[in-house]
Amino acid sequence: MTATATPPTAKSTTPPRPEGKQKRRPAKSPYPLWFYIPAGILFTVLFLVPTISSFYFSLTRWSIFDVEFIGFENYVQFFREPALVQGFINTFIFGFMTSGLKVILGLLLGVLLTSSVIGRGYLRSVVFFPVLVSVIGVGFTFRALMDPFDGAINTALGWFGIDGPGWLTDPAWALYSVALVDVWRGVGLATLIYIAGIVGIPQEYYEAARVDGASAWRSFWHITLPLSWPATSTVVLLSLIGGLRSFDLIWAMTRGGPGFTSDVIASVIYKQYQAGFYGLSTAGNVILFLVVTAIVVPLSMWLRKREVEQ
Amino acid sequence: MTETRVVTTQVADGQKPLKIRKRRKLTWKAKLQRYGMGSIAILASIIVFLLPFLFILFTAGKDRQEASLFAFTPPSQWMLWENFIAVLETRNYMVVTAFWNSIVLTVVAVSIMVILGSMVGYVLQRRKSRWNPLVMLFVLAGLIIPPAVVPTVWVMQSLELYGTLIGLILIEVTFGLAFTVLLIRAFVAAIPKELDEAAIIDGAGSMRLFFTVIFPLLRGVIVTVIVVQAVTVFNTFVNALYFLPGEPTVQLTLYNFLSQSGNQWNLLFMNILIITIPPLILYIFFNRQIVAGMTSGAVKG
Amino acid sequence: MQITRNRRTRAVAVAGAALLALPLAACSADGGDDSNGDEAIELSFLIDNGEQTVSMVEALTAAYTEANPNITFDIEQRPGGGEGDNIVKTRLATGEMNDLFLYNSGSLFQALGPDQTLTNLDDQPWVADLTDDFRTVVSTDNGVYGTPVGTSMAGAVLYNIPVYEDLGLEVPEDWDAFMENNEAIKAAGDVAPIAQTYGDTWTSQLFVLGDFGNVDTQDPDWAEEYTAGNAKYVDQPALQGFLNQQDAYEADIFNEDYASALYDDGVRMVATGEAAHYPMLSFAVGVLQNSYPDNLNDVGVFALPAQDAADTTLTMWQPAGIYVPNTTEGATLDAVKDFMAFTVTAEGCEIQVTAGGANGPFSMTNCTLPDDVPQLVKDMQPYFDEGRTAPALEFLSPIKGPALEQITVEVGSGIRSAEDGAALYDEDVEKQAAQLGLDW
Repeated sequence: MTATATPPTAKSTTPPRPEGKQKRRPAKSPYPLWFYIPAGILFTVLFLVPTISSFYFSLTRWSIFDVEFIGFENYVQFFREPALVQGFINTFIFGFMTSGLKVILGLLLGVLLTSSVIGRGYLRSVVFFPVLVSVIGVGFTFRALMDPFDGAINTALGWFGIDGPGWLTDPAWALYSVALVDVWRGVGLATLIYIAGIVGIPQEYYEAARVDGASAWRSFWHITLPLSWPATSTVVLLSLIGGLRSFDLIWAMTRGGPGFTSDVIASVIYKQYQAGFYGLSTAGNVILFLVVTAIVVPLSMWLRKREVEQ
Repeated sequence: MTETRVVTTQVADGQKPLKIRKRRKLTWKAKLQRYGMGSIAILASIIVFLLPFLFILFTAGKDRQEASLFAFTPPSQWMLWENFIAVLETRNYMVVTAFWNSIVLTVVAVSIMVILGSMVGYVLQRRKSRWNPLVMLFVLAGLIIPPAVVPTVWVMQSLELYGTLIGLILIEVTFGLAFTVLLIRAFVAAIPKELDEAAIIDGAGSMRLFFTVIFPLLRGVIVTVIVVQAVTVFNTFVNALYFLPGEPTVQLTLYNFLSQSGNQWNLLFMNILIITIPPLILYIFFNRQIVAGMTSGAVKG
Repeated sequence: MQITRNRRTRAVAVAGAALLALPLAACSADGGDDSNGDEAIELSFLIDNGEQTVSMVEALTAAYTEANPNITFDIEQRPGGGEGDNIVKTRLATGEMNDLFLYNSGSLFQALGPDQTLTNLDDQPWVADLTDDFRTVVSTDNGVYGTPVGTSMAGAVLYNIPVYEDLGLEVPEDWDAFMENNEAIKAAGDVAPIAQTYGDTWTSQLFVLGDFGNVDTQDPDWAEEYTAGNAKYVDQPALQGFLNQQDAYEADIFNEDYASALYDDGVRMVATGEAAHYPMLSFAVGVLQNSYPDNLNDVGVFALPAQDAADTTLTMWQPAGIYVPNTTEGATLDAVKDFMAFTVTAEGCEIQVTAGGANGPFSMTNCTLPDDVPQLVKDMQPYFDEGRTAPALEFLSPIKGPALEQITVEVGSGIRSAEDGAALYDEDVEKQAAQLGLDW
């Protein structure tokens, strides 16, 4: 917003202006707004219309076959959900833990895999492998590997005399174990985005830094980190949004269990949906949307501001 | 911070810093990084990334009883071929039909998604208009809100798209747009605006500017988008179940071996293997391209 | 409004498809009863992907097509559980249901809004042959909607007969005797007294759901009072199911990997004698026959014991039904009806049992089990002879809370006490009642 210099004479009703131009109406912008239209039509018809109509259903008792308007009762009911508080805490733990780890590991791997390390091509492929496997496949594989008794992980820990926990069956561990698997699955994507960002940094900067005698650490800190900021902001946004509303892996691995201990808001909503409480689960979706928006919008504005500053 | 800024202004002013193209000898530190870090990374990657795949392979080669024990051991008797045939033959070669459906779906949906998404991402980054906040809001909404199934089916029915492959393609495009736009927008920022201006001075119209100048420069990120979205669409499960009933996609085939009254783990894992290996090979094959694409985009930028 | 319009569109589409099919009609090949003429019809049939279901339906449809070559089937499988429920409901609501489909009877059937979405089959000749227990669970006040596929089954304790013989134990009639057996098995060493498999959460509900027969015997009005919102799980006699599960957990008599083990493991354990007991539905016969055929007759069954031996009652589940959505019309509908009638003839029943095995007695009075049924089906007979059976709660009341399986996992793992669990379940049930529009 701040970047747009508003001429004092402008009326708020004038059509959109390209930035920075003092002319009231340029002949033709090279960036036509109709580029929005094809995507906009699809999005409106197949996403916005159904979504908005479903919000109406959050005010109803909706069994698919009948609809009865009940006002805000669903919202009241949703807040009475027994697993709700724990669900919110778990959602935040899961969202921030997975996106934090993806950013850190993705950046480190991105730097490593753009340096002249041996086996670079192999490493680049292998990090990305998990992205290619379906959630169901990942879920079953790790359920087997994390089995407290015959699972490979605890067997391996046993060789070192460590008695591994019940990764998915101990209420204290279940959520963190799923989060780790989510990082395993998603770090390849974060790395790829970082690689794309880092190779985009012109080599000249590094050469100049080297001439100035800067250490590898300093050039990482002063060149790589700030100039890969668009990548960071993308990874943060995608993985945080993904993490806050994600439940597919949780569902495939623990179904929110044992009991309700690894339930997140999205899995509570999904369970309500499965139970046929459509109105209730839509109300939950509205709430989840508000919560995620409240976190993500300021964050995305801040990230973009930093991006502009770079 | 200060250092970066100095460098940045240098470039912005068009004074390219001295290029040192001489290949320097590796110092012991660089060697340590190259071989030491490399070895550690390779070792770690084997444990973290390859062993789980080995587990899938082992389980896929077992018989039903042995597989249900979930031990990380090679099968006492390898049954890879038998299991492979069993999975293939299940329900009249459903896997083959599913593969075909999934491939058509993936190729068409991802192509449309990339073109429409980059058009939006590009204008969104380049042009400050009062529509931008709204578009950004929609992008975030698209990422955050899970789709409402029943109303979507109603809309599709009224457009006579329900239960058609085209319908499912459009659904996948719509659901993937937000992510595509977000990713592309971030990387349009890296393309200097000077390039656009040069092209405009050369007399390029907005269509030509986008499709012949900008689009090729976005190759790096577009390859990323293609890979990610192709995987997502290829692995689509719930959408296919709701919007294209009766026509199998690859994920649906997994359910042949999963049921409340007993799972056939060996066949399930064989099926996972069958539907994972083609994208895996494709990825290995394109890996070079992906990296090349990313680098070439960057060099020109 | 919208739903109705869509149904009409669908009906037109179906009629169109039927017209298109006409020129392709198979000539001659007069297949027995020709109520549906000679035009070629392909029936689209949605079923769940349970192994038993699939083999039974495949056998039935193959046999029917053989007798009526002009009628073929396109069988579509769907996942079970909540995902499957969603698919069925979504398709019914949007008028896109297959020509016929298989789905649970009882409370899940009631949740489909049968009067608005299904074809009433009250006028069909087979209605008279349905057992009373089954007829009530596929009916509304307006009529009957389905035919059974498979047999009824018990929710009870599967036990390993060799373990019982080795230790000289007897089938327990009350809870204390059951726990004494468990202690004896525990003391003997290597066999786990009770198998629990919370890796598949749904398996954790048996202590509560399988105890309902005992509740029903103590208070025959309980189900009715429960539907009316007066009877609660926090009170006896219903609380006992939760208490028993807690009791068993505290006695430390589960297999050591109870938290992660899966249903398959549970069946394996009780089949091979790794565990002595496994509270489960008798449809475990399916896995036994496929994976452990040598141990098939090592597994017996007894009702979950009540506190007082006089109350011990076998809890019975009714099989799933075949239903017809009201979007199926014309020649297709006639073909579907004819097929359904075929599935419940004595011949149809025999095909089902041959293909899928028997989990318990038939839900058709005109069908009888063969003599060579598995041991655990034979074990049910005395309960029927003595009249000591009762339907599970889901067949007496439309209300089943969706979170029961999570709650019973918590009670069975010591995360939550029985009383807390029961109270939480009562809350969960209230949501379901509100959804059904019951005034509590």
